[in-house]
Amino acid sequence: MTESATLELDLDLHGVGKRYASAQAAGGVLQVLDGIDLNVRSGEFVAVVGASGCGKSTLLRLILGLDDHYEGHITLGGTPVQGTGRERGIVFQDHRLFPWLTVEQNIAVGLRNSPHTAAQKRDLVAEHVALVGLEGFEQSYPHQISGGMAQRVAIARGLVNRPRVLLLDEPFGALDALTRARLQTELQRIWEKERITMILVTHDVEEAVFLGDRVVIMQPHPGRIRRIVPVPLAHPRNRSDPRFIRIRDDVLSDFLAPDGAPAEADSVPAEQTDLYRRPIPSLASLQMAW
Amino acid sequence: MSNAATTTHGATPIPLDDNGDTRRWRGLVLPVVAILLWWALSRAELVNSALLVSPGKVLATAADQITTGKLWRALGASLTRELTGFVIGTSAGLLLGALLGVSRWFNRLVGPSFNTFKQISLFAWIPLISVWFGLGDTAKVVFLSLAALVPVVVNTCDGIRSTPKPLLEVAKVYGYTPVQTFFHVVLPAATPAIFTGVYLALIYSWLATIGAEYLLVAGVGIGNLLIEGSEHFQMDLVIFGMFVVGLVGWLMNALARHVERRLAHLRGAAQ
Repeated sequence: MTESATLELDLDLHGVGKRYASAQAAGGVLQVLDGIDLNVRSGEFVAVVGASGCGKSTLLRLILGLDDHYEGHITLGGTPVQGTGRERGIVFQDHRLFPWLTVEQNIAVGLRNSPHTAAQKRDLVAEHVALVGLEGFEQSYPHQISGGMAQRVAIARGLVNRPRVLLLDEPFGALDALTRARLQTELQRIWEKERITMILVTHDVEEAVFLGDRVVIMQPHPGRIRRIVPVPLAHPRNRSDPRFIRIRDDVLSDFLAPDGAPAEADSVPAEQTDLYRRPIPSLASLQMAW
Repeated sequence: MSNAATTTHGATPIPLDDNGDTRRWRGLVLPVVAILLWWALSRAELVNSALLVSPGKVLATAADQITTGKLWRALGASLTRELTGFVIGTSAGLLLGALLGVSRWFNRLVGPSFNTFKQISLFAWIPLISVWFGLGDTAKVVFLSLAALVPVVVNTCDGIRSTPKPLLEVAKVYGYTPVQTFFHVVLPAATPAIFTGVYLALIYSWLATIGAEYLLVAGVGIGNLLIEGSEHFQMDLVIFGMFVVGLVGWLMNALARHVERRLAHLRGAAQ
């Protein structure tokens, strides 16, 4: 790999801020993000770590283009980011697979509006089923597979149209510790193989240090970058390597230190917790009196 | 028994199936006892036979109604009406419900009126309908359509509006057009609710068929059969008519459940 390729700027965030109108906050405005500057090289793995409420998920939503109302500039390959686009993929914490589609069809969702032919799409889907190790489960429905497998499907869906950047919003947060560790290794293998820029948001410090080339530590009120810690260790990393432990403890100290903002703060609007809970239409709501 | 089942070489399904069958037949105990009691009572002539006819008499009437074709004519007329009203009401309901669910503008315009409209008891429409459309088939079909319309609108609209926002975001991420989003995300997500509405419409319109035939007295139908029986004090005919109404309702219910299960299986929905 040439030096120029590794130094190529991919994603550039400059002075990015975001505020919500909020009745609870002082002045009726809640500053969720403030003055975020971040440059991500092509092919880099950046892990963003922070306590809940520091705006790290909001940051991903802005990069993803789900929310266009923000301050500052976000550019990808020099072009300003506007709305969602196929060059930016996402894996959410809740896998968000369509329950009425099979594994294969769910992966193909990523290709619905891509310029590929039907045959190319089929090949791409098969290729990505293999990439995440789900051969044999192509025809399964999301409710028939485990949470870890569902998250693999979500990763495949995020990767299938070859985005420039894959955003990962606490992708393993809802999984048990063993599955999480396995999928972290898996994700690292996929990243090394595909060489796609990845930005991972997590509150798991060890995960951040295990996967990231750099770890961006965020702090809340308002959400901003506290510091950026490089992780100059070769992949795949060994969790019991003393250097690994030293970096992990260094990052962890930012959250345990008595100075700075308190680690726990949940004043940010709960974004995506209860959205799946849909009311079952009750017969009483029909109001049909006989 | 469970011991025996586990010791036989893996043939456990047999006792389980047996058990399931027993449970299935248990529901028949009450009707059989009731019929036996009925038979015994009429046999003992404890009650006035004109008020409580014997099972044998009802069977004879049933045979007569079936062989002379009276039943088929009445049933045919009722079911034709039922299905016409059901199809019209459901189609209009799907369209109206979808519009109310998709368009905020339309919902603000029509929603309040519809919510007021659905509070009106169905039978309160009868006087108006009979004045506007008479007592014939048109009036009945209008009434049935109304009965089918309301549950379909309510459930379709609710189903569409409660499409999980996270899934809509996925559609947005992958650049779905509004049309793609509607047909590939909103509609599949709303299908169970829509089905509930259609299912209710089927049951409501059958109930309303009998009601319409009973209140808008003209022509043939199962409801008219009941009226005829009651007017001529033919309890055997009344009981037979009630039995037919119940049986048709039960069959519709079974059919709807079957379709629902197939649908749920098809879309791989986890319950």
